[in-house]
Amino acid sequence: MRPVAVAAFAQTTHTDHDTGLAEAELILPVIRAVREQSGLTEFGFTCSGSCDYLAGAPFSFVSALDALGAWPPIQESHVEMDAAFALYEAWVRLQHGDVDSALVYGFGKSSMGDLREIMTLQLDPYYLAPLGLDQLSYAGLQGASVKSDTASIARRSWESAQTNPYALKLPEPVETAPITDGAAAIVLVAGDLLRDRTNLAYINGIAHRIDPHYPGMRDLARSASAAAAATAAGVGEGPVDVAELHVQFAHEETILAEALGLPGDTVINPSGGPLAANPVMATGLIRIGEAAARVMDGTAHRAVAHATSGPCLQHNLVAVLSRES
Amino acid sequence: MGNRCAVIGVGQTHYTTRRRDVSMAGLVREAALRALEDAGLTFADIDAVVVGKAPDLFEGVMMPEAYLADALGAAGKPMTRVHTAGSVGGSTALVGASLIQGGVHDRVLVVAYEKQSESNATWALTTHLPFTSSLVVGAGGYFAPHIREYMRRSGAPDHIGTLVAVKDRLNAVKNPYAHLRIPGIDRAMVESTPMLWEPIRYLETCPSSDGACAIVLSSERAVTGTPAWVHGGAMRSEPIFRAGRDTVSPQAGIDCAADVYRQAGVTDPRRDLDVAEVYVPFSWYEPMWLENLGFCGVNEGWKLTEAGATALDGDIPWNASGGVLSSNPIGASGLIRFAEAALQVRGMAGEHQVEGARRALGHAYGGGAQFFAMWIVGAEKP
Repeated sequence: MRPVAVAAFAQTTHTDHDTGLAEAELILPVIRAVREQSGLTEFGFTCSGSCDYLAGAPFSFVSALDALGAWPPIQESHVEMDAAFALYEAWVRLQHGDVDSALVYGFGKSSMGDLREIMTLQLDPYYLAPLGLDQLSYAGLQGASVKSDTASIARRSWESAQTNPYALKLPEPVETAPITDGAAAIVLVAGDLLRDRTNLAYINGIAHRIDPHYPGMRDLARSASAAAAATAAGVGEGPVDVAELHVQFAHEETILAEALGLPGDTVINPSGGPLAANPVMATGLIRIGEAAARVMDGTAHRAVAHATSGPCLQHNLVAVLSRES
Repeated sequence: MGNRCAVIGVGQTHYTTRRRDVSMAGLVREAALRALEDAGLTFADIDAVVVGKAPDLFEGVMMPEAYLADALGAAGKPMTRVHTAGSVGGSTALVGASLIQGGVHDRVLVVAYEKQSESNATWALTTHLPFTSSLVVGAGGYFAPHIREYMRRSGAPDHIGTLVAVKDRLNAVKNPYAHLRIPGIDRAMVESTPMLWEPIRYLETCPSSDGACAIVLSSERAVTGTPAWVHGGAMRSEPIFRAGRDTVSPQAGIDCAADVYRQAGVTDPRRDLDVAEVYVPFSWYEPMWLENLGFCGVNEGWKLTEAGATALDGDIPWNASGGVLSSNPIGASGLIRFAEAALQVRGMAGEHQVEGARRALGHAYGGGAQFFAMWIVGAEKP
């Protein structure tokens, strides 16, 4: 595949409450930051991830174009998924060879509604949603199926987050990702734009897979789709210094570490992970950004990023990043 | 544009007000199986699935691709959900094509749908973001002022919208999948219907439909059956609230058309294309898009419509299928345009086939006429 690298990453200082900023106002500073970091003001392709149900209105992504100042008109698309999947779409677009840069961003304000109950609406509307299980309940079903030292995972994530200026300031460790408002952006570059830049995190592999929707159709103690995505992305082809995993519930880390085949010495979620800040629809993209940041600052030679979507880790994306193309 | 890509299968459900007999999963699966049958393939031959639909509020299911994975044979594969407002059906096809053009996959299933009977789209479109006010009721309320401005600028006579409505509805009678197939449709019937949003009458607007459309896309080495080759694809977006934005003929539409024409080597769309499937949800958008897409000069679009140039027997038929005016499962409406363009150049459009069509345009727009997606497909390999 054509070499593609992360050239810039920015995120908001996440909050556990609505600060009064509209979505476009939330996005504007991170867009400005990645433009400065990358030295690029225009991009060959733009793709974003967001969810109408967080705002409770259709077309939550439309006003974001105002923040971009999309004029003259831009080549742009949107996924109703975590922005990590928007990054995948941008990576595919860069494979065509005719554009060399892409802007990816995601944003979400879960403070605006009851996220746990809103997530119920993601279930099969005929057979699952009427059962009334909220997000915590079905995560609990999965948690009960796996042996996991959730208290240790929560404590380690909380301790790691103490040095992350963007994470929430939580008074104590939590096993459930907190309600968070925030946004993040990444710039990808390819072709000639790789040449003059030295501080890059190359995407050596990236893939995603989905599992059947019905929890009863899956072994909830395992994640077949995460394992398949990890194999396709080439996680096992080298050491993994750092892994940033989209862990919204502590037990998911145990399932994912096994599915991705992470070596025992891998540092997991040095940022604190989603247990320290979970701006829904940007959380997965932040994992890629945090992994890239570790590669770019030299603390990791090879890093893995993971993003998820759907109930009980139904859909998983895995990326491998390093300094080499 | 990357590697070559072709449409090798098309599947549609019959569009109708209420599909009480199927669930959402059943609806998308029906279209997907028909597209696979057309391509002579099964779900096992598919590498990735891309799903598109308009706002999730239309059915009340948040990010429904998770629930639809099983019905679309996506388990164990990559699945993507696209949402770019009304243009989403077109964007979904382009995202699917991108996976092949980028050399990532050989066969991609693209599905778009809407089951409008699950809710009320007009009210779903009328809710607004927190701390903003909604100025309109539904899409018609938003677009009617832009149409009135077009009429003022161009001096188009009042009956042009009626002509488009009659023409598209006559075409729909020849399309077995069309939702509105009205026997004896004529100008008097359209003019007798109530005024909804001045100047748009009831029969000049699109229906609310349940339906799904699917296509199978293939790389060159994996082609089966009769391919429609993708000669170009483009997307453009512009902000909704930019001061000075021309909402009658948006720059994003002009730029998107220029991009797709350049890729396909089209210099004069009226001459170089044989048929066009263009997103016309309100009758007056035909003359407006004729100008925006460069089929004629500024303020001349209505003259093409009036002269019959866009009729099935005209020199550049528009919406031979009956268009969005005749079937509107919103999230699928753009993909239907792209799929009908492919059917035309494959020579498989049935009774509404344009004789000898070799190159066709598929077009979709959305949001406040600010998101555009287009492709050109042809019978010959590009």
